[in-house]
Amino acid sequence: MKKTYKIEVDCANCANKMEEATNKTAGVKAAVVNFMTQKMSVEFEEGADVNAVMQDVIKNCKVVEDDCEIYL
Amino acid sequence: MAPSGVFSKMNKKQKKALVRILIAAALMIVIAFLPVEGPVRFLLFLIPYLTVGQDVLRKAWKGILKKQVFDENFLMAVATIGAIALGEYTEGVAVMLFYQIGELFQSYAVGKSRKNISDLMDIRPDYANREDENGTLVQVDPDEVEIGSVIVVKPGEKVPIDSVVVEGNSTLNTAALTGESVPRDVAPGDNVISGCVNMTGLLRLRTTKEFGESTVSKILELMENASSRKSRSEAFITKFARYYTPIVCYLALALAVLPPIVRVLFLHQPANVGDWVFRALTFLVISCPCALVISIPLSFFAGIGGAGSQGILVKGSNYLETLSQVKTVVFDKTGTMTEGVFEVAGVHHAVMEDARLLELAALAESYSDHPISRSLKEAYLRTAEHSQEGTAAKIDASRVTDVTEHSGEGVTAKVDGIPVAVGNRKLMDSLGIAAVECHSVGTVVHVAVDGKYAGHILISDRLKKNAKEAVSSLKKSGVGRIVMLTGDRKEAAEEAARELGIEEVYPELLPGDKVDRLEEVIRGSESSDGKESPVVSGSSGKVAFVGDGINDAPVLSRADIGIAMGAMGSDAAIEAADVVLMDDDPLKISKAIRISRKCMRIVYENIYFAIGIKVLCLLLGALGKANMWVAVFADVGVMVLAVLNAIRVLNVKKI
Repeated sequence: MKKTYKIEVDCANCANKMEEATNKTAGVKAAVVNFMTQKMSVEFEEGADVNAVMQDVIKNCKVVEDDCEIYL
Repeated sequence: MAPSGVFSKMNKKQKKALVRILIAAALMIVIAFLPVEGPVRFLLFLIPYLTVGQDVLRKAWKGILKKQVFDENFLMAVATIGAIALGEYTEGVAVMLFYQIGELFQSYAVGKSRKNISDLMDIRPDYANREDENGTLVQVDPDEVEIGSVIVVKPGEKVPIDSVVVEGNSTLNTAALTGESVPRDVAPGDNVISGCVNMTGLLRLRTTKEFGESTVSKILELMENASSRKSRSEAFITKFARYYTPIVCYLALALAVLPPIVRVLFLHQPANVGDWVFRALTFLVISCPCALVISIPLSFFAGIGGAGSQGILVKGSNYLETLSQVKTVVFDKTGTMTEGVFEVAGVHHAVMEDARLLELAALAESYSDHPISRSLKEAYLRTAEHSQEGTAAKIDASRVTDVTEHSGEGVTAKVDGIPVAVGNRKLMDSLGIAAVECHSVGTVVHVAVDGKYAGHILISDRLKKNAKEAVSSLKKSGVGRIVMLTGDRKEAAEEAARELGIEEVYPELLPGDKVDRLEEVIRGSESSDGKESPVVSGSSGKVAFVGDGINDAPVLSRADIGIAMGAMGSDAAIEAADVVLMDDDPLKISKAIRISRKCMRIVYENIYFAIGIKVLCLLLGALGKANMWVAVFADVGVMVLAVLNAIRVLNVKKI
């Protein structure tokens, strides 16, 4: 399953870091953070609990870049 | 633009940053002239320093707590605290100040260009006027309109959803979709595509698709996903940044520690620790990779946006990169270089009246929906209407019996009981009928009546008006090899190729042959690059295939880059191709290539410029020749220049 979220992040490097962090989160198959359109599209693993995974994603993104928002 | 205008366009965060910068700058200047010394001076300088740098320090601290040390906040914090610790109060505050000014400018410039590019792609309709059962109009979200609803589009409004006209005549402007404002007249019964702007009359439409399935949504989705497909250059930059920052940090550490040790132990000189630490700090300020990390994706984003504004949809940065390396363009003929509309151009060698021959052929083909049969039927109806003066001509299918389709050859049938064979040369051969060759250009349909040759009908397809210019402009853009593939007859194909100025043409291909032929061309382009022209070896030219996207899907996906034409309303083309030309204009192919080349040129300019300046400043910094001011320029100055350069990609009008 694939979902797209609106995000808010200030710098392109931070967006790259968020992408890396999201990809490392359990339950995420692949993620792409688009700095230009301020969107993040996440492809989830089969049978993953989307809400729980996204909570982890937010937590992991906050670690690498404190100044970011993901709107669920 | 007035400063107040800029201020009002900033977001809350940016305004706050600007206010802080101004206060800190004023304080710093005042304090610099105050006649105080020692700890008081230090404490006074802390005020502007903390005013302007508090968020950097906070972020740096949080980063350390989370073991994410090597980010730019950390670098700036270490550098400025270091400067202050060495007693360079003004320097420390000023560096932080300039860093924040650069950050503010970058955030403003990137935000603004992001908005500019997004505006280019802004074809999303905001609402639809839905007509309820009792005839009242309600303004609703396009998402809420069901298939088959009646909507009203007033002059000046966008068509929100793909529909068919129920009532009203008007002219539509397709500029938002195609980049060119060619007006299109519509009348009841015509299909209209979402995203067009209604210019003259009121239109009542019945929707044929949901909003999510409409052309405009498909295009928007495509555009938004485009910059997610990263190019090799982007991937390179991401990787580069990942290794670069830690390496520079360790180098800085080495610069601060090793030379003093060497000086004390081996050269027996004073350590000069302060000097070396200061050099290391300068090093850190220079090192930030922002200029690259921001400007490269921005260039691609601008390239995709700029191409989009010209009616060229590029599905990803990677395709923009491939497009710029295209050295061979392979065309499909029908529908790409020609209008794809067949017309009967003449009847030759007929043993009976021309109209009678046409009538028999049209009737025999009456069950077929092939474009050629359709053109035969249309031609018959036209001549019949002329002769019958007003009474509507019809094709009476009951006159036709015993229809047999001969795949790839034609049709045999009985018309009013007379055996009629309509088809190509192969059909005539298999029936043992001697056909008369045609020397004109076009598709030839031979007709045999009652087992005897009765003449042939010539059907031709017009070249598009820009087709010739498209070929010459490709040649001018440095595309070395242009090839045409077609299922058409040899004579017709060669004549068209001559007229267009294409030297290489492969006629009489079945759809499957086209893929094989394209593979040969691709292999050829690879080997010829290595052997015949050693000058360009290494930059192996890519092969583009241009087709109409409806029946060329396998060929489109086999090519290095597939370009589909005339995609308005055709989902198949959008799916199969990498680049989609919204209108049918073949001239856009060379334009797309030139846009991609400009984009790549700017990308490389930024890569070389930014890395070059950084390395130079790093060297100067290590040698002690660069002070903090140079360092700040190398950081934010280079970034600002790179961002401004990236925005140049948007200028695509005159390419």
